[in-house]
Amino acid sequence: MLRDSVVGFWQILRAMGLTLKYFFTKPVTVQYPEEPVKLYPRFRGRHQLLRYEQGPYEGLERCIGCALCAAYCPTQCIYVQAGENKEGVQRSPGERYAEIYEINLLRCMFCGYCEEACPTGAIVMRREFALADYNREILIYTQDRLLQPAKPHIILLDDQAMTSDKSARGARTKMEHAKATKGK
Amino acid sequence: MDWVADFWIPLIKAVVVVLALLVGGAYMTWGERKICARFQVRYGPNRAGPFGILQPLADAVKAIFKEEIIPLQADKVIYVMAPGISFAAVLITFAVIPFGPDVKLFGEQVGLGIGAIDVGLLYLLAIAALGGYGIVLGGWSSNSKYSLLGALRAAAQMISYELPMGLALISLVLIAGSLNLHQIVEFQGNWPFVVMQPVGFLLFLIAILAESNRSPFDLPETENELVSGFMTEYGGIKFALYFIAEYTAMVVNSAIVATLFLGGWKWPAFISDLHPLLGVGLFLAKVLFVLFLYVWIRASLPRVRYDKFMRFCWKFMVPLALVNLAVTAVVVTVV
Repeated sequence: MLRDSVVGFWQILRAMGLTLKYFFTKPVTVQYPEEPVKLYPRFRGRHQLLRYEQGPYEGLERCIGCALCAAYCPTQCIYVQAGENKEGVQRSPGERYAEIYEINLLRCMFCGYCEEACPTGAIVMRREFALADYNREILIYTQDRLLQPAKPHIILLDDQAMTSDKSARGARTKMEHAKATKGK
Repeated sequence: MDWVADFWIPLIKAVVVVLALLVGGAYMTWGERKICARFQVRYGPNRAGPFGILQPLADAVKAIFKEEIIPLQADKVIYVMAPGISFAAVLITFAVIPFGPDVKLFGEQVGLGIGAIDVGLLYLLAIAALGGYGIVLGGWSSNSKYSLLGALRAAAQMISYELPMGLALISLVLIAGSLNLHQIVEFQGNWPFVVMQPVGFLLFLIAILAESNRSPFDLPETENELVSGFMTEYGGIKFALYFIAEYTAMVVNSAIVATLFLGGWKWPAFISDLHPLLGVGLFLAKVLFVLFLYVWIRASLPRVRYDKFMRFCWKFMVPLALVNLAVTAVVVTVV
C-alpha cells in the first residue's frame, strides 16, 4: 500500500516531467496557407497532361488519345474520346489526339496507375493537393485545365530526404530504427 | 450610515471582481487551449486576432447565435436555471478571498477583498458545495440517461471529495488558529502553508481537482461513456454558461489554493516593505501558476476509472487526511 503510493506518486511526477519537456519543444504544425508544406518527390497529387517541350514535336500534346489510362483506371474516373489529327491542325504527333479528356477527381483515388499505363508519358501526377471546392462540376477536370501546370505552395524534398533527412516527418533512418529496437 | 465606506466601496469592489472573474474565466478557455496545444506540440487557436486572443469573443458570439433547444421532456424552469446556479455559485465564492493588503486608494482606506468575514473558510466550503446543485439539477432536469448518470457521478464525487478537503483544511486552521482568510494569509508571512503542510497541500489539490470536475477526475462528463455527461442536452448560450462556470471555477479554485497554501498576496518576510499593490501582482502570479498546474495535469494524466476513483478517496485520501490531522494536532499542542 505505502510502496504503491510512493511508486504511483513518482510515476505521476515522471509523466508530468515528460509532458513538460514537450511543452518547451517547437510545435510541429505547418501553418499551411502561410508556410509551405514539405512533400516527398514521389507524392501523387493532381494530374497534369504534358506537352513536348523540345525536339521535333515541340509544343504538341503528348496524349495520343489511346485511352489506356481509362482502361487501366481502377475507379474508372477517366474519360477519353479520341479525334483524328488533320493536316494543318496537328495537336499531337501521330494520327490521333484526345478530343475530350476528363478526370473526375471525386472518384480518383490517386493510385498513379494512369501514369504507369500511359505509353507516351502524357499524364503525370503532380503535387497539387488543395483540391477542395464548392461544386461537384468543378472537380471534373477537363482537358484544358489538366494541361495547366499548378503551382502548389510546397517545398519539394529530394530523393535523399526519404532516407536521411530527419526533419522530414515520418521518415526514420535505418540507424534510428536499429537504435530504437536494439533494447528489445 | 457612511455611504462611501459601507456602500460604494464594496459595490465597486464587487463589480470589479466580477468583471475580472468573467474575463479571467473566458480567457482561461483560451489559455487552456493554448497551453494544452503546446503540450501536444501544436499551436492552438491562432486565427482570431494575434495569438488567437479574440477566440473567446468569437466563441461567445457563436454561442449566443446558436439555436435555443430545450428537450421536450425536460423540466423547463430548472433546465434553464441550472447553468445560472452553477455560474452564480462560482462567482460568489470569490467574495471572501483577499487579493491584496489594505491600501489607500483615492484617499480612502480600502481592504482588497470584498468581505473580510471571520468564518471565511467555512463560507468557502459551503459555497463550493453549492456549485454541485447546478450540475445535479441540470443533469436531472434534462431528462436524459446520460445527463442523469453524469449528475449522479457529480453528486457522489463532490460529497466524497469534500471530506478529505475539509480534513486538510482543519489541520490548516489548527495551525493558523483562525477561519478568517485575511488572518490565514497574514499568518503565512514567514512560511506558506505548502511548506508546513505538504501532505495537506497535495490532498487539497487533488480534492479540488475532483470538486471542480477537472481532468483526471472529470467523470461527470466522460465523453467516451456519457457523451458529455450532465451537459449532454445543453446547447448554445446555456452550454456556454456551464462552460464558463467551469473555467471561472478553475480561476476561483486557483485563487483559493494560492490564498490558503501558497501565501496569497503576502511577500516573504525578508522583502516586506514593498508597495502594497505589488502584493496583488504576486497573488495573480500565484493564481496563474496554479492554473498552469491545472492544465499541466490535464495534459499529463489519463482519466481515472470510476470505482478506482471512489476507492482512492475513501480508502486512501480520507485515512491519510485523518493521519495528517492527528499529527498536526499533536505537533500544534506540543510546540
